[in-house]
Amino acid sequence: MRDYTIFIPEFVAAGAALLIIALELFVPRIRRDALAYLTALAAVGWAAASACYIGKEPNSFQGIIQADNFTTYFRFLAAGIVGVTALISANYMKDRTKTAGEYYGLLLLAGCGMVYMAAARELITAYISLELLSFCLYILVGFLKRDSLSSEASLKYILLGAFSSAMLLYGISIVYGVTHTTGYDEISRALAARGGHTDNAVVVGFMLIIAGVGFKVAAAPFHMWSPDAYEGAPLPITAFLSTLSKAAGFALFLRLFTAAFVVDAVEWRWAIALLAAVTMLLGNLVAIQQKSLKRLVAYSSIGQVGYMLIVIAAIGYGDAEVGRNASTTLLFHITGYVVSTLALFTALTAYYNKTGKDTIEGLRGLAETQPFLALVITASLFSFAGLPFFAGFTTKLFMFQASTTNELLWLVGLAVLNSFISLYYYLMVIRQMYLFEPVAGLTRFRVEPVLWGLAGLLMVTVVFIGVYPGPVFEAVDHATRPLFAVGADALVRAR
Amino acid sequence: MTFDEAQGYVVLATLAQPLLATLILLFIPSSKKMAIRYTSLFFATAMLGLSVYIFTAYQLSRGPIQMELRWDWVSNVGFLKKDGITLHLGVDGISALMALLTGVVAFAATLTSWKLDYRPKDFFILFWVLVAGVFGTFFSLDLFFFFFFYELAVVPLYLLIGVWGSTRKEYGAMKLTLMLVAGSVLMWIGIFAVFHEAGLGTFDLPTLWAAGKDGTLDENFQKTFFPFFVVGCGVLAALWPFHTWSPDGHMSAPTAVSMVHAGVLMKLGAFGIIRLGIQLLPAGADFWMPGLMVLGVIGAVYGATAALTQRDFKLISGYSSVSHMGYVLMGLATMNQVGVTGAVLQMFSHGVMTALVFLMIGALYDQAHTRDLKDFGGIAKVMPWWVVFYSIAGLANVGLPGLSGFTAEFHIFVGTFRTYPIFGGLAIFAAALAAAYMLRMFSVVFFGPFNPRWSALRDLRPLDAMAGGLLIGSIVMMGVWWAPFTDRVSASVTLLPGVTG
Repeated sequence: MRDYTIFIPEFVAAGAALLIIALELFVPRIRRDALAYLTALAAVGWAAASACYIGKEPNSFQGIIQADNFTTYFRFLAAGIVGVTALISANYMKDRTKTAGEYYGLLLLAGCGMVYMAAARELITAYISLELLSFCLYILVGFLKRDSLSSEASLKYILLGAFSSAMLLYGISIVYGVTHTTGYDEISRALAARGGHTDNAVVVGFMLIIAGVGFKVAAAPFHMWSPDAYEGAPLPITAFLSTLSKAAGFALFLRLFTAAFVVDAVEWRWAIALLAAVTMLLGNLVAIQQKSLKRLVAYSSIGQVGYMLIVIAAIGYGDAEVGRNASTTLLFHITGYVVSTLALFTALTAYYNKTGKDTIEGLRGLAETQPFLALVITASLFSFAGLPFFAGFTTKLFMFQASTTNELLWLVGLAVLNSFISLYYYLMVIRQMYLFEPVAGLTRFRVEPVLWGLAGLLMVTVVFIGVYPGPVFEAVDHATRPLFAVGADALVRAR
Repeated sequence: MTFDEAQGYVVLATLAQPLLATLILLFIPSSKKMAIRYTSLFFATAMLGLSVYIFTAYQLSRGPIQMELRWDWVSNVGFLKKDGITLHLGVDGISALMALLTGVVAFAATLTSWKLDYRPKDFFILFWVLVAGVFGTFFSLDLFFFFFFYELAVVPLYLLIGVWGSTRKEYGAMKLTLMLVAGSVLMWIGIFAVFHEAGLGTFDLPTLWAAGKDGTLDENFQKTFFPFFVVGCGVLAALWPFHTWSPDGHMSAPTAVSMVHAGVLMKLGAFGIIRLGIQLLPAGADFWMPGLMVLGVIGAVYGATAALTQRDFKLISGYSSVSHMGYVLMGLATMNQVGVTGAVLQMFSHGVMTALVFLMIGALYDQAHTRDLKDFGGIAKVMPWWVVFYSIAGLANVGLPGLSGFTAEFHIFVGTFRTYPIFGGLAIFAAALAAAYMLRMFSVVFFGPFNPRWSALRDLRPLDAMAGGLLIGSIVMMGVWWAPFTDRVSASVTLLPGVTG
């Protein structure tokens, strides 16, 4: 049955995107920041429409798009990220471009891309969604076309992105060649039917797919595009990149590796564990030497990807229960990470809009001139480092705990060691803000009220998740349940 | 509501005080300095009152763990099963004494911070976060919250030392933070392993303690992971050779932070060894305790020797702290009732007397702006009361009968002689060294020829004298009438697994 009702939330979002682009065409004199607030409003509508699906029976569109709690979770996440990014873009883009309609439209469309990466239960659909997301991001990264850094970043991103898409597609075609299908459930059944022996071709396919998705989430050694893209992109888009595109990559990872590939976990789990180890080490060690704050965040988010990959490895090493518990904590960690990152960038944008500084040294004496922003930045950095009171402590502790199996204790230990390394470079930023007097001539200024309120709200959320994790943790637990309900038969057969 | 439940809320209130203080201070404008100080003083007084109440209301007849409070936090979700994470608070004899110590030292530190004029709002916010972490660790009976508060106590130190400190403050702050967090890395790994191995899906400490006793955590596992907890906590307890942050950190820290840090925070480490080492992994403790004894003795002797050669007041106290924490570790390592009781008493005794020492050093440094021993001479002429206070602290350090140090160290020495006679001899040698470095300081600074450069020094300010008086009261109390202390502590120590009579 072709049930189009499962698409309603994205009809809202994509419709709003087209409307916003059209609005600027027909009413060219509309205030640029009005478009941003319209986008945020659309995001609220999007979330409201998604809320109607909570608790409903899972529904699927011809078996290729699945609307269940997992999808709903990513709808909320997408709407939230798009809404916040639009709000922090409002004044930033108003000062820098004349036409912003496409910018806000593409934000919404990128969000739709992420949702369908999470909803797809078929490889081609997943691939198309991923491309939808990537193309939106290519343009958004290079949106400031008079800024040569921005254009350079966009070009690098496109070239490497196209390369990774090719690898992904190659991997998909090999898997298709072996299993004669692209549906996740059918793939798992086909792989299980082959019994104990696995073709080398399948292993090559797995590796290519891991590399392709690894590119999108910026796992080392496929991370080269990310620091440049982060640095060149407009500041709000840096926030968008480090939240939305990573969350989307892990949505795809989770759907794919808990259903289609779980049967042959032995063939890929070591690769993921290795990838996790390399990614977290490289991200955190290189972050130490960074002078630019955006590059620092880029490398630190590479480190975060390393931690998150542990969960995918745990799905491979553990039994179904470990996999399920670990997946829950992955969504939990992603939630905390997204909120912390958005809080950080809201504060940074508020500062950048007034001073035009985005280096680490540029934050000198912020505690004196702008104590509130300094507090928000500190809270989000401590959250990344995993210190208590803030989301990162609880989400990381949960995630590592749930991923601890006898085989993976070394990796969990390495991850904790890495959070310790990361504390050092976060402290170097905090040091600039608190230990030094501000540069002469810098005085207190008023933060834009919208950004002030937003930063405050996000910081309160970070603390809430960190101190009272119950509600959010229960919500993500519901979100992961369908992942393991659908593929259950395949799982049983595999073990 | 029964009486015990009502008392559970007293414990919760004590923990909530510093958090509430933080929250209120956030909303007071930073220019209103007096309002900030009075708010802090109000909460410090309330905390002192509550902690004295907790200590006195802990009655031996009511069972080992009293004033329990258990709020379900997260359970039956994901990897967490029944009682997954509970806000489980409660005190036993050990933590009751530690709570008293925290209340006393935090109050004294607030008094001496009254004169602090540079960004007092930020200072007190961070200070109360630190105190909240300390109280929380002492009260938590849930591994998640134990670690949560343990880490929380470490976080604010970087800024407290980095912003308000003195000599080489950036270096000291960074070194201290990184070493302490490196210690907690080991604890993280240990916690993951214990939770996974126990397989109960709960962070509840009494449940996990039972698992440690009945063999759910098997012997080899306990032997493997005991060092993770003991070294992890040991860093904070200045366990040799992981003590090097301590002298540097103390040298850089501002007075109030030194007081709380040496006075209370280092005890968190020793407390962690009791809770997560002895109680959680008894078989591991049984296997590794001789090793801890060796490290403790080295720390005690090394710290005292190093203190003998230092010229900076704070470095002397920093190294003497290493030495005294060495006694604490020795006491724990004896694993007999007298020795472990002595260790806990020493935690309290060292806490109050070191706080007093740092208070006095601060009072001098604020006027003199130097801490070099060689610069001073005949200070007793201009600051008689200061000299009296300092001498009491110093004599307690040495272990003069009638002061707290004697009570504590006597227990430790007796305990050590029972199990390891040779190490007992070494410990007494270290105590003799302590007398040497203290008397050397007395003779050079207090007496000796008067240096006219210091004729303008003024004696103790009333607030410092009040704070010092409170600390001296505690020192003398424990030295003279120690029964209330030893009774509570030894009752709880007897129940520790593996502790002999």
